[in-house]
Amino acid sequence: MNAANGSTGSGKRVVVAGYGPAAHRLAETLRGRGFAGPITMLGEEPRSAYDRVALTSYLDGKTAEDLTYPVPAGITPRLGARVTGIDRQARLVTTEDGHAEPYDVLVLATGSSAFVPPVPGRDLPGCFVYRTIDDLDAIREAARGASSGIVVGGGLLGLEAAEALRGLGLATHVVEMGPWLMPRQVDEGGGVVLRRHIEALGLSVHTGAGVAEIQPGPDGRVARLVKPDGEAVEAQIVVFSAGVRPRDELARRAGLAVGERGGVVVDEGMRTGDPSIYAIGECALAAGTVYGLAGPCFTQAEVAADRIMGGTASFTGADVSTKLKLLGVDVASFGSLDGGLDVTFMDPVGGVYKKLFVSDDARTLLGGICVGDAEPYAALRPLVGRELPASPTELLFAGTAAISADLPDDAQVCSCNNVTTGRVRQAIAEEGLTDVQGVKRCTRAGTTCGSCVPMLRQILVSSGVDVGKAMCEHFPHSRAELYDIVRVRGITTFSQLVAEHGTGRGCGVCKPAVASILASLGGGHILDGEQAALQDTNDHFLANIQRNGTYSVVPRIPGGEITPEKLIVIGEVARDFGLYTKITGGQRIDLLGARVEQLPAIWKRLVDAGFESGHAYGKALRTVKSCVGSTWCRYGVQDSVGLAIALELRYRGLRSPHKLKSAVSGCARECAEARSKDFGVIATEQGWNLYVGGNGGFKPRHADLLAADVPTGELIRIIDRFLMFYIRTADRLQRTAAWVESLDGGLDYLREVIVEDSLGICAELEDQMERHAAYYADEWRATIEDPDKLRRFVSFVNAPGVPDPSISFETERDQIKPVLIPLEVTRS
Amino acid sequence: MSVDLRDPARPPGAGQTWVQVCSYTDLLPERGACVLVGSLQIALFRTFEGRLHAIGNRDPFSGAYVLARGIVGTRGEEPTVASPMHQQAFSLVTGECLDDPAVAVPVYPVRVADGVVEVGVA
Repeated sequence: MNAANGSTGSGKRVVVAGYGPAAHRLAETLRGRGFAGPITMLGEEPRSAYDRVALTSYLDGKTAEDLTYPVPAGITPRLGARVTGIDRQARLVTTEDGHAEPYDVLVLATGSSAFVPPVPGRDLPGCFVYRTIDDLDAIREAARGASSGIVVGGGLLGLEAAEALRGLGLATHVVEMGPWLMPRQVDEGGGVVLRRHIEALGLSVHTGAGVAEIQPGPDGRVARLVKPDGEAVEAQIVVFSAGVRPRDELARRAGLAVGERGGVVVDEGMRTGDPSIYAIGECALAAGTVYGLAGPCFTQAEVAADRIMGGTASFTGADVSTKLKLLGVDVASFGSLDGGLDVTFMDPVGGVYKKLFVSDDARTLLGGICVGDAEPYAALRPLVGRELPASPTELLFAGTAAISADLPDDAQVCSCNNVTTGRVRQAIAEEGLTDVQGVKRCTRAGTTCGSCVPMLRQILVSSGVDVGKAMCEHFPHSRAELYDIVRVRGITTFSQLVAEHGTGRGCGVCKPAVASILASLGGGHILDGEQAALQDTNDHFLANIQRNGTYSVVPRIPGGEITPEKLIVIGEVARDFGLYTKITGGQRIDLLGARVEQLPAIWKRLVDAGFESGHAYGKALRTVKSCVGSTWCRYGVQDSVGLAIALELRYRGLRSPHKLKSAVSGCARECAEARSKDFGVIATEQGWNLYVGGNGGFKPRHADLLAADVPTGELIRIIDRFLMFYIRTADRLQRTAAWVESLDGGLDYLREVIVEDSLGICAELEDQMERHAAYYADEWRATIEDPDKLRRFVSFVNAPGVPDPSISFETERDQIKPVLIPLEVTRS
Repeated sequence: MSVDLRDPARPPGAGQTWVQVCSYTDLLPERGACVLVGSLQIALFRTFEGRLHAIGNRDPFSGAYVLARGIVGTRGEEPTVASPMHQQAFSLVTGECLDDPAVAVPVYPVRVADGVVEVGVA
């Protein structure tokens, strides 16, 4: 580390008192901007910073780990270490456990504590606050023996706590001192609608009600809450959520200024009266306000980080707009909630209340409130203080879908992270972003509460990005569009396609997809020329990679029919190369454990014996399974084996958006399980029934009947069209099951196109399949006959004969089994 | 197109020696190949522009020595390889996993002298 480098703040020891979200954002910002000095976080809780906005989800099955932020690299967290004193002269902080930590810069990020009104009984067992994971653990524990609970406080946090109690199965009451719920965010009209929503969920709401006393039962625990009017509400749990108080006691004791109603006084740079001490988050009194929302606290952390590194950023107040879903009800407020004129939309039946505040001339938006439908929030919040794009009535009745994309550059789109529309547009243009994920990564917009994500998508669209279809950052097209481009323009290489229609040099998503498109349009051998570089490792080595880096070999056995001589060859090859053998579900034999350099020799033996590639490695036709059929089976009505072999030989090598499986059953008993296949055929007395779009796998789906009782020639023509239409129009890695379901009009539409020829393309589809069948050549034979292609089949280019020393096997049930290499990376 | 095959950003480190591993023409554009240097497995990549990169061959997510067999491409300006196991992208310049910044593979200096590729190893 170079201590002389002042711009990165090297050498400064930063100590943060508190380790909550604001402290986390500070450390993350410092490290992200290259701050090189040591950063120590002194956290009171036994865990590192977690997302408090999502606290309630902890009771819904999220774990503490789910909520915990990743610890930024190179920071030292000391947990369970509450700071008890600051020695400003010696620049030392002391912690509860007696440790003393020297600092050059101290940041107070001690947060807030729940305000508990001074009522009798407030300390009884059964009384809780709602601030930390430990609080939630305690509430959950107490709820086990309880039937009802009361939340004191009907604001934002109170309703969150009420949601939690209800989720724990308690009859839940909300006691709010103010005349309506959420008095800080909504007006009376909104409060009425909100109350109706909440009461409809079975909660009891007591507004205009304080707490006189909390009384114990005979066991000494909470038994009831008594209101000032004398009414008693029975409950075994009381959660105080009536506001928070800044935790400024450290600053007070250290002689730093605090506000009249609490909060450490800081300047625009988040610095206290002591130039070495900053305060951020809910403990700080910044721009005259103690902010309790995540967005402003994050901004404060970023400002403090900038100042620590010698910058001049300032915090002069923040938007306190809020949008949240409480107890399933959307509640949002933004801008100023009074003044000028207001226009109200109220639908008591639908439980919707929307109100806009506008200037006296009804042209400038001042603020708004939404309850039950927060749709206007995302679009209108950035327009506060600006001219309205339509009349308030139109906006409230007709919605805001049309206006959002025209936001001016300085309008804030994400208030949590203070990101403007202009910043998002700039990032899209400069970084070539093509999706919301990229915008989030580059700008942080949408990463906290997520309410602006629809806006981000709109800005992408208005910036000319087609978000819905883009395959990856290199092509703004869907696979189907790329297929059409390649087909119509006669493009034959990836380089030409990406130069004319994309950017960069591709990735693991677009390259194999383009390789598949080129192959299905008759691109020759998949390892010819530039095409070789597009193939994933399976297609590149014409074998399936396994978990230890070896490959499997699957020769084609059409229809599952094989002679004893060929069976013996497979056995001999497996024995001679020491391979593991297994019968697959597709009626063939898998040979596993082959090293890259063994593949050509293995295939030489197989090809010489009359085998060919089974394409088990490709997004291509795999097998056509069959039952034994009418030739042998006493129930069979057609020759299912003969048809399966004919189909497998016709479609072998056909590259497609995903793998293709098929089967033919010789009677309705369906022993070949044809209805679980992409295209399955079942014999009838009169011909064949064709089923399409079946799937086993992750999401099983029975195939749908596309054509009934068709003769063999007609059957093959319909399958030709079906497969080519799928290849033309499906998305990358979309199996036929999902493709059929995604078609607008579904199976009926598919039948119109490929049976009734409504688009007039059937002849073209059949021609294309005819060409495929005519030009098919075995990839493995072509490879072993080509010295250039064979050169790739080595583990090490500088030691072609040396096997990969990382691959080893042990024995299990008389066959080999990979010895797996231990991992240091654990995957969650 | 003029191509600088020596990457000026990566001088040989102190205590490192250059080891000849293969001919430049053994490497295919936008494809990787693995070389064995002592007991080290180093994945070499030749980009579309002709630049060379060398990273560890071991995929830290699966433990298998397979990164040389991944698809070479770009993410933004960054040249990348995608692990053939589960497709995580690694920077060919820094070795960092772009999908999981906590994970990285080693990078090695690489150069071409008289058509012979050399990697710098300790």
